[in-house]
Amino acid sequence: MNYHWNWHIFFEPSPNGTGTYLDMLLSGLMVTIVTSLAAWVIALATGAIVGVMRTLPSKVANFFGFCYVEFFRNMPLLVQLFLWFFVLPELLPHAWGLWLKQLPNAPFYTAAIGTGLFMSARVAEQTRAGINSLPRGQKMAATALGLRTAQVYRYVLLPISFRIILPPLTSEFLSTIKNTSVALTIGLIELTAEARAMQEFSFQVFEAFTAATVLYLLINIVVVIAMHFVERRVAIPGYISGK
Amino acid sequence: MIANFDFDVIRRSLGYLFLDGMTFTLMLTGLATFGGIIWGTLIAMMRLSGVWVLSRIAQLYVDLMRSLPLVLVIFWFYFLVPYIGQWLTGASRPIRVGAFESSLLTFTLFEAAYYAEIMRAGIQSISKGQPAAASALGLTYWQTMRYVVLPQAFRNMLPVLLTQTIVLFQDTSLVYVLSITDFLGAASKVAQRDGRLVEMYLFAALVYFVISSIASFGVRRLQARIAIVR
Repeated sequence: MNYHWNWHIFFEPSPNGTGTYLDMLLSGLMVTIVTSLAAWVIALATGAIVGVMRTLPSKVANFFGFCYVEFFRNMPLLVQLFLWFFVLPELLPHAWGLWLKQLPNAPFYTAAIGTGLFMSARVAEQTRAGINSLPRGQKMAATALGLRTAQVYRYVLLPISFRIILPPLTSEFLSTIKNTSVALTIGLIELTAEARAMQEFSFQVFEAFTAATVLYLLINIVVVIAMHFVERRVAIPGYISGK
Repeated sequence: MIANFDFDVIRRSLGYLFLDGMTFTLMLTGLATFGGIIWGTLIAMMRLSGVWVLSRIAQLYVDLMRSLPLVLVIFWFYFLVPYIGQWLTGASRPIRVGAFESSLLTFTLFEAAYYAEIMRAGIQSISKGQPAAASALGLTYWQTMRYVVLPQAFRNMLPVLLTQTIVLFQDTSLVYVLSITDFLGAASKVAQRDGRLVEMYLFAALVYFVISSIASFGVRRLQARIAIVR
């Protein structure tokens, strides 16, 4: 290999004038983290609601949930981001579209909402699976105790099913983090985009991508450890993963 | 609003979209699925081999691939493959690798990590008594795998493998970052040439939606059928 390694490149000033190449990557890391957190909040909130709808006795709610999940699951994330970013402003009334296009940080909002909705369909499926995995008797017993449907979910079904689906939700969160990198196509300068930019400025391809790889691995490790901790904290003794 | 749109642009570019773009997308999906399942099965077998070194290597591979975003992996291979080619062929300069070969390698190796986890679950779903009985009959490890374990593992995991292939089909749109003319790339090139972003992206979304919906409907049917057989 006649590739010229230069690991000191990270401490050299980057041409965009904001510091070293390392600063560039770290600011990308921040964008990745903030975007994924925002997307995850949207995904969890919407996904939980849609997932619950799919388990309700109401046919209408069920059908809506089904359509929602199919809609967001059957298109590539990249295409969905393009729809929100390029197509939506054109379909809205002119003034609204203009406002959307002139919004500062438009790539960030699009990425957070687009990735969030994309992931919400997956969260909805997990929520549904979690609720359906509970024995039928739980719902029946709760109803027999006189709880209304909302109370059945709030006090009986959801607390347990969320504990059950905590491990799959962790991997959905990791997917959310990874998926934010797709937003570099609509101009979000996150970690992968910064690594790519560093490669273009400095020609040190493999150093740039190695650094990005290490940072992604670090995020993964931190999330996995944190979620292990959460799982332990919320575990019910003698039940599921409780000890 | 709608009056300003020119949906005829779709009809005019159909040939380019499907003959160039969709062919690339489907070829990439098909070949990467094929290669990914084979490579993934080998990794799953390494993982379950009981040989410490092999199983750790397999685990490391799967964990590494699964913690990286596909976009980053696409970039990695795009720049790395020419150097690997140079190293393999002993050429004096990094060799030139076509867009298709580069993305095929990327998707095969990347998706193999996901297929490996599916196949691992499939192999583990076969009761321990079966390989034990097979080796009592005098079958070697490879014969046991070939005639007893893998056929059943494939059958049990078929719906999951196919679902992963639908994901792979959607993921191939990410070759957009290398400006490759896959289906989305073709749509995007027409969109930018003619200034028809809305029409082309809506159409691309519709096509992906229809194909994925039909495919996942088929997988659900298959799942129901397999469930009855067992």
